[in-house]
Amino acid sequence: MSQTTPRISFNAIREQAEKRRKELDETGLPKVHIGMATCGIAAGALETKTAFEQALADQNIAARIHAVGCLGHCYAEPLVLVENPGWPPIFYYGVTPGNAGMIVRAFLRDGDPLLETLLGATEPNDLIPQVKDFPRFAFEKKVITQKSGFIDPEDVYDYIDHGGYETLSACLEKSPGDILQEVVHSGLRGRGGAGFPTGTKWRLAREAEIEHKVVICNADEGDPGAYMDRTILESNPHQVIEGMVLCAYAVGASKGIIYVRAEYPLAVRVITKALQQAEGLGLIGKNILGTDFSFDLSLFQGSGAFVCGEETAMIQSIEGYRGVAQHRPPYPVEKGLYGWPTVINNVKTFASIAPILERGAEWYRSMGTDKSPGTAVFSVVGNVVHPGLVEIPMGVDLRTLILEICGGIPNKKAFKAVQIGGPSGGCLPERFLDTPIDFDSLTEAGAMMGSGGIVVMDEDTCMVEVARYFLDFTQKESCGKCTFCRVGTKHLLGILERITKGEGRETDLKTLQELSQDIKLGSLCGLGKTAPNPVITSLRYFREEYEAHIKEKRCPAKMCRSLTAFYIDLDKCARGCDACVGSCPVEAIFTTKDRKKAVDQILCVKCGECMVACPVEYSAVKKISPAQLAPIIPRPEKKEDKKAE
Amino acid sequence: MHEISAEEQQQIAVCIGAFAPKRGSLVPILQRIQDEFAYLSGEAMRKVAAHLGITPGEVYSVATFYNQFRFHPPGKHAIKVCLGTACHVRGGEVILENFQRKLGIREGQTTEDKEFSIDRVACVGCCALAPVALLGDKVYGHMAPSKVEGLILGIHLEKERQEREKAKHESNNS
Ligand SMILES: Cc1cc2nc3c(=O)[nH]c(=O)nc-3n(C[C@H](O)[C@H](O)[C@H](O)COP(=O)(O)O)c2cc1C
Ligand code: FES
Repeated sequence: MSQTTPRISFNAIREQAEKRRKELDETGLPKVHIGMATCGIAAGALETKTAFEQALADQNIAARIHAVGCLGHCYAEPLVLVENPGWPPIFYYGVTPGNAGMIVRAFLRDGDPLLETLLGATEPNDLIPQVKDFPRFAFEKKVITQKSGFIDPEDVYDYIDHGGYETLSACLEKSPGDILQEVVHSGLRGRGGAGFPTGTKWRLAREAEIEHKVVICNADEGDPGAYMDRTILESNPHQVIEGMVLCAYAVGASKGIIYVRAEYPLAVRVITKALQQAEGLGLIGKNILGTDFSFDLSLFQGSGAFVCGEETAMIQSIEGYRGVAQHRPPYPVEKGLYGWPTVINNVKTFASIAPILERGAEWYRSMGTDKSPGTAVFSVVGNVVHPGLVEIPMGVDLRTLILEICGGIPNKKAFKAVQIGGPSGGCLPERFLDTPIDFDSLTEAGAMMGSGGIVVMDEDTCMVEVARYFLDFTQKESCGKCTFCRVGTKHLLGILERITKGEGRETDLKTLQELSQDIKLGSLCGLGKTAPNPVITSLRYFREEYEAHIKEKRCPAKMCRSLTAFYIDLDKCARGCDACVGSCPVEAIFTTKDRKKAVDQILCVKCGECMVACPVEYSAVKKISPAQLAPIIPRPEKKEDKKAE
Repeated sequence: MHEISAEEQQQIAVCIGAFAPKRGSLVPILQRIQDEFAYLSGEAMRKVAAHLGITPGEVYSVATFYNQFRFHPPGKHAIKVCLGTACHVRGGEVILENFQRKLGIREGQTTEDKEFSIDRVACVGCCALAPVALLGDKVYGHMAPSKVEGLILGIHLEKERQEREKAKHESNNS
């Protein structure tokens, strides 16, 4: 054994990180942290950053601008944290370029924190309310995303300065068996959907008596309405890398791959850079931290096929074939990539490893439930006031998550359903809101934990249409290997399309039910086995909605466009007002004889723009189902039209 | 169809040459070529096949399996409309239809003048801004049919401005 231990090797790196931070701290300059993950950039964070730079230059104020990842509060983007010496750190939300200039002038220059535009402070003080008292912050328990939004994802030293890679250096001094044991004890279950115990998977890989083993991080994130994995990678890639190295050490793997979708350009860039930096510091690659342990880690870009999130299909795609699912067993841990034992885990699973090994299995088990310990990250989107990423302990109920943490349903609408688990999951109605969010309870209710996508739907969402949407997705994404999945989903989709168009038949519901069961039984991989779930749950919980479509040609939520119509209530329409006219993309709105407005039902494409455009004090635009209930108002002859004007 | 120039032939060869001739390089090579040219031409796929020692049909079969690959050049302004769950629930379909109507093409197609193309994508990671559309790499949140018109108008105006500038430049130079 040589004299340098991993800890000694690491100390030099950590000192470097600390030195850099001290230098920055000693300048005593204000700091402006700007969230620059995809959601922030989409909301205009780049422009906001430029505006800050400009304003600071204009005012001749020195400050440090720090690009950080996503804090999860996507509703508040661009989100900025300002650390002004003498003040508690303050969050500002929705910071436009104009706001940026104002913050620089009023707060940094004149010492006025702009109470009306701030979100809250992160430390106790007498003046400014603290964010930890808001439900959106208070319920959260951050383990996986603890550092997200506070560090610069493109700077490995920032991660190290926040305690990163410390666990790796400590663990490399222990035996791989000890690491494995701790992960087994923690009870961690895979966060990619199925909830398979991670420790068990790792042990199987460790016990395989083959020299060459592989670790793959599944960042394919196929669920079309979820973005947790992407945001974690964009905000804190090193925590995932650290987890992968620890896994490789525990199971004895020498090769690793991070499988990210190519459609995530920012994540790809951030990971590429992170891998270079980690390799540069000897945290991955040959002889990690001076030990005998080597782990070659690279990036593979997935080409956008939902089924490639399935582990055997993913392996096919890395090997250069069509991503077609394979029969299991053998499971990848026995015979995976190129026949080598392969551990595949989700991004969040790997991101949980370093915290578990740092603070111990007992600590981890103290969060969450007995059978689903720890925390989980959800992307809660759709009709909620505060959409974004939320990390909570397992076992918190849906009501708390949706109505309290995420602020409930906007626009005074009623809650209708929550869709969990994406295309493989199900829609749960209000009476399930008290269901705790953990692997087993959700499965029992007919939904699925999935990877963490939660879409909240209000009363204006049609459940038949939602089921159709998901079937449309899975039907297109079926790899085509199993007949039931390939043809069956197409058939299901056809029936659902018919129903949403008002052409449903009485026998359809029975067919949907039976076909769903057959597809579940007749498919090889999880895609087919779960594809009918949205149909099965919506049929179970919202049957009357299907019946209204079929028997009365009525869409109760007024969402299915073939079954609804827009019309203008002439009693409410204000004479001479033409707010709606310009909003119509197809010129379907015309002026009636008495200078009010009406909708030409033949031209109307039912986009609903006129309803938005109509001033609230009139609220004259109405939506109705079935469509034939809309009053038909004839278009006046052209001549009269002229006269009226 | 788009002719492949000698220079492009060369570029394709460079893309392919960067990878070892083994089956596992197939998808990364195709990605590299698409990065370079924005689509996969028949010629490029034949060259890839030769490099890897497999049939062009095999390359095509793999390429068509994945959503990422396109086989026609996209428009200069590539429009992508998000139809992820959050965007769907908030009316993404209506936005897509508006683009289609305005440009007179369907999703997956490119306008005749090669200016615009429309594609659908699933969740671009900013569901809080749903419905979302992308123009090139730029994300436009809270889309509405009226904004569709504005976006396309904006591009046309910008193009006209550039043409005016160019004309001015040329007349100044002559
Ligand atoms: C159709 C299908 C799609 C899947 N998509 C994903 C995905 O996007 N991300 C993921 O981590 N797991 C996905 N999985 C689950 C993986 O097959 C695998 O179980 C998981 O990556 C294991 O990691 P874990 O134990 O950490 O959850 C998918 C499974 C199926 C059947
Ligand atoms: S669903 Fe459109 S951005 Fe997520």
